[in-house]
Amino acid sequence: MPKGTVVIDRERCKGCGLCLALCPEDVLAYSADYNQSGYNVVYMERPERCIGCAFCAQTCPDIAIEVYREKKSQQRE
Amino acid sequence: MSVNMDNMVKVFERPRSLTDAQFSYCPGCHHGLVTRIIAHTIDELGIQDRAVIVASVGCSVTMYEWFRCDGIQAAHGRACAVATGIKRVNSNLIVFTYQGDGDLAAIGTAESIHAANRGENITVIFINNQIYGMTGGQMAPTTLLGQRATSCPDGRNAQLAGYPIRFAEVIAQLDAPVYVTRQALYDQKRIMAASRAIKKAFQCQIDGKGYSLVEILTNCPTNWRMSPVESNSYVMNQVVGTFPLGDLVDRG
Repeated sequence: MPKGTVVIDRERCKGCGLCLALCPEDVLAYSADYNQSGYNVVYMERPERCIGCAFCAQTCPDIAIEVYREKKSQQRE
Repeated sequence: MSVNMDNMVKVFERPRSLTDAQFSYCPGCHHGLVTRIIAHTIDELGIQDRAVIVASVGCSVTMYEWFRCDGIQAAHGRACAVATGIKRVNSNLIVFTYQGDGDLAAIGTAESIHAANRGENITVIFINNQIYGMTGGQMAPTTLLGQRATSCPDGRNAQLAGYPIRFAEVIAQLDAPVYVTRQALYDQKRIMAASRAIKKAFQCQIDGKGYSLVEILTNCPTNWRMSPVESNSYVMNQVVGTFPLGDLVDRG
């Protein structure tokens, strides 16, 4: 499985939870934090499980998520 | 776990054709999702310099502020007429309208149908959330039978308010349209299908084939009084029953 990670823009996140519902690996969760707009923001609760599939980013209506995936050459090592 | 970012490649980023401005939509609204898909399509096709947005009246009224493209905000319902003018004056531009169900299927019915019937070489993105979102959740022509809205608190009653209009089907029975499709965004597979449909609609215009309409079934968690995740299920289980998904016309 390719490893991945996501970077969540706290101030763009509106805490809608669509990313949580679509994540196939259950990586994301609501944090205890609120951003400046008062929204309960999402964070990576189980980062080791992220496969970089980008489902979360594709469903995010506020484009708060950027997705990174391990380079293919790195996976074989 | 710490991640070594040197080994990582970015596989999803903010579209280049969007500004840094934050969307004014409610949490979980599919409007933002469609906006992002359009922006990624503009990036992919390399048409940022030629794209012209014709925004409508509704929640998406300030759409031109989010795109690094030219844009105009049409009078309520008249987006297809404005787009016709722009396209006929400069056919090199890639002109698309972005209209909700109130704008396209209610006040703008005449302009929308006749632009399609003339086969204008424009792309129409039709956001169908079955409600008037911006004005406070009143019944739209597309509201489902039995669906509640502030102006039909007991649910839409066919005897009083008629039936939901299937606008894509209305357009599809005309001879001129080249590509008419209905899509949804309730899961990842559907999001990918909608992205492909929007790209195809733009490609039809670039190739000079003619009119294309992409109807997208979206949600309105605020006015439906649901969480965003519940609203996704509602689209999947209820809305799709009245508005079946798929390509209705494909002469591309």
